[in-house]
Amino acid sequence: MSAIDNNTARQNAGQNRQLSINILRYDPSDPASRPRMQEYRIEESDSMTLFIVLNEIREHQDPTLQFDFVCRAGICGSSAMMVNGRPQLACRTLTRDLPNVITLAPLPFFELIGDLSVNTGKWMRGMSERLQVWLHAKEGETDICRIEERMDPDIAEQIYELDRCIECGCCVAACGTAQMRKDFVGAVGFGKIARFRLDPRDARTDDDYYELIGDDTGVFGCMSLLACHDVCPKSLPLQTQIAFLRRKMAAQGLG
Amino acid sequence: MKTIMTDVLVVGGGLAGLRIAIAARKRGHEAIVLSLVPPKRSHSSAAQGGMQASLGNVTKGTGDNEDVHFEDTVRGSDWGADQIVARMFVDTAPKAVRELASWGTPWSRVRGGDHEVIINEQKVTLTERMEAHGLIAQRDFGGTKKWRTCYAADGTGHAMLFTTSNQAVCHGVEVHERTEALALIHDGERCYGAVVRNLITGELVAYLAKATAIAAGGAGRLYSATTSAVICEGMGHGLALETGVARLGNMEAVQFHPTGIVPAGILVTEGCRGDGGLLRDVDGERFMPHYEPEKKELASRDVVSRRMEEHIRSGKGVQSRFGPHLWLDITLLGRHHIEHNLREVKEICEYFLGIDPAEKWIPVRPTQHYTMGGVRTDHTGQSPSLKGLFAAGEAACWDLHGFNRLGGNSVAETVVAGMIVGEFIADFCDKPENSAPFPLTLAREFVQREEAKLAAILDGGGSENAFKLYSEMQEVMTRHVGIFRQGDALLAGVAHLQRLLERSADIGTSGKSRAANPELVMAYRVRRMIKVALATAHGAYLRTESRGAHFREDFPHRNDQEWLKRTLAFWPDETASLPSFEYEPLDVTKMELPPGWRGYGAKDYIDHPDTPRRQQEVDAIRSQMEGRDRFAVQEALMPYADKLPASLAGRNERLDEPLETSQ
Repeated sequence: MSAIDNNTARQNAGQNRQLSINILRYDPSDPASRPRMQEYRIEESDSMTLFIVLNEIREHQDPTLQFDFVCRAGICGSSAMMVNGRPQLACRTLTRDLPNVITLAPLPFFELIGDLSVNTGKWMRGMSERLQVWLHAKEGETDICRIEERMDPDIAEQIYELDRCIECGCCVAACGTAQMRKDFVGAVGFGKIARFRLDPRDARTDDDYYELIGDDTGVFGCMSLLACHDVCPKSLPLQTQIAFLRRKMAAQGLG
Repeated sequence: MKTIMTDVLVVGGGLAGLRIAIAARKRGHEAIVLSLVPPKRSHSSAAQGGMQASLGNVTKGTGDNEDVHFEDTVRGSDWGADQIVARMFVDTAPKAVRELASWGTPWSRVRGGDHEVIINEQKVTLTERMEAHGLIAQRDFGGTKKWRTCYAADGTGHAMLFTTSNQAVCHGVEVHERTEALALIHDGERCYGAVVRNLITGELVAYLAKATAIAAGGAGRLYSATTSAVICEGMGHGLALETGVARLGNMEAVQFHPTGIVPAGILVTEGCRGDGGLLRDVDGERFMPHYEPEKKELASRDVVSRRMEEHIRSGKGVQSRFGPHLWLDITLLGRHHIEHNLREVKEICEYFLGIDPAEKWIPVRPTQHYTMGGVRTDHTGQSPSLKGLFAAGEAACWDLHGFNRLGGNSVAETVVAGMIVGEFIADFCDKPENSAPFPLTLAREFVQREEAKLAAILDGGGSENAFKLYSEMQEVMTRHVGIFRQGDALLAGVAHLQRLLERSADIGTSGKSRAANPELVMAYRVRRMIKVALATAHGAYLRTESRGAHFREDFPHRNDQEWLKRTLAFWPDETASLPSFEYEPLDVTKMELPPGWRGYGAKDYIDHPDTPRRQQEVDAIRSQMEGRDRFAVQEALMPYADKLPASLAGRNERLDEPLETSQ
């Protein structure tokens, strides 16, 4: 990639790149504010991430710039944004992997708080309530003094694999259906259902899951464009899970 | 004045806060959780390696029980822990793991039969019992006699937090996301809630509650190099300190984790070393066995971090443009193990270092990691000096960790303290005398005071830049209050922080928005942070001994004779430039495990005068009771059963310790 070649060439010459960071600015709380692109220039440094870039801009150039970071380690999912048109976690994006001109915009679909900050949390809570993404235990209260129920080690690992979702919102931001219907539960929602469906501790049946996702706001709304799968920062197997769920739900609907 | 009334107000939406709210809901009380961020993004999610609980399922955990976990914890704390609290904790930890299992946490499970592991550079075949197949697995961690750390690959905190957060949704816990408590509402004796700012709209609201719980996490961001999330700014500590009556305990006890990556400071889990990873120096030599022949890489964190810095000082560090570092080598664990059990570590190495840890060594250096100090509470989690104020988790000094926390004990503390303190808070709310009418006039005064402070920042024409003060504070703390401490340097650090405190009264902002405004947020937080930094730095200056993570080069010995006591910092005079300090002695004559050598680290310490006598008593009780079961012996040494909430009492079943069916 030419950006990397350029970078290497400049580093060999003992010179850092000048980056042009173009950010979509808008403050919905201010009636006078209009969406606009604003450019900031910053000198690249070694191991520089977009976390470092944005904080340097805020500390030295523009203290009003809004963005979200929490763990800054790719674990919590706060820093999802559009980086040169693609939803990804800004905290773990190294500038050396990007060209000199970088465009940053907030995730689409979610409610905008300001600049690069969006309210994914509110949407995720709504989705969690709607899909009831907690374990529905088979019996009443467990006696926690007693030895725990056994689980097959492979099943536990498969559940963990799906449980790695960090609710960053990248999959929804990249989703074709979500652009057209706001009530679509998205790949994040399907991932949750797949996770509980796999869990032998959960009492629900496909009949119950059909009630939650057996329509166009659910698994039948998916157009199989599968950008969700391509952009998932945790590389969750969304493609196979959605296909599998759709087959199961179709069978349930026909049955 | 907009007012919201509830039973339990929890400041902080991580594991401890959510678990308290669930406990309150289950007991029929209303609960509101305030969270700076969506709760699933709390720093709890960053716990990687696991949570300690003595289930004893794996072969290397056979024989583990509460007694062994208790002793490891107290030794780890360098005898700073409250031993009653440590007993309550080890007793509840297995229940917490099992509760989470029943709520859906995907704990990694035991596979019966042979498997290969790396122990001390050797491939060893372990045989897991077939009767343990499918039970929750444990891995090795530092400072522990048994393999006790339960885990979900290396995303344990994430898995626990999502489980708990989803349970909170199920139980109807209200979470007010993107809100921040600015001040506790109190009259000097009783806490009634908090003044809360909405971080999106900027609106101030008085939240009034029967019980207020601080579960806002640690203060890692007092330092420039920390593994902590950016929201771990000690604001819970600051809220308590600014009441003038609540005490912060042991703020000078700051943990540095041996393996933060260089330069980003991001954590790679202790599980790397627990699973057999090694520390190497500039020559590629493994150096820990030379310093710590018994525990090697798996001594407690304070000891390993000090040994690493010592080794760097001796010229054995690897030079880089970000300063010297050492290597963490996990290549010997093999690709399969790394890709299954250390996947987050692998991702971090790929994204932030551009290396494959199955092929290459990881550059690491000790990095600020954990705040042992916190809001001082009694065993129920309540502040002894401000009724109705509770605290739990990293924000609290309950005091489970003393001067050094063991790996795997913090994420365990969050849920265990959440369960225990949550029950006590529910008890508190049950009492009719605690439902007295809320003092609305007082609440109004507090809201007006906070409004005035915000107005002074926005409209006062101040000339100081909050971001600059923030980074200067971090530099002072890193330079003067780090792993190795020294009287003169500490005093210089304190003086510098005092100047910063003075300057923080003159902060101005360029943007004037009262709604979402990151500059305003930094402006009001940094002053509170500097106060917490002063409590830490001055506490460290006053403590003229070395204990756990607090190491004074000018006083290198642990001195039980003079310093077997807890530091309490409070800020009674708002205009003062330093907090006040008092000390709470630990009573050796009641200890189940009297002070001694930790089993690693330095062997020279100055005994407390009561220690030899208490040790004799303990030995005598043990020999008189030889043949009696371990529960009877423990009860004779230090009874604690009456301290636990009734709903959490009961012995823990293990494969080797079946429960009577009648129980």
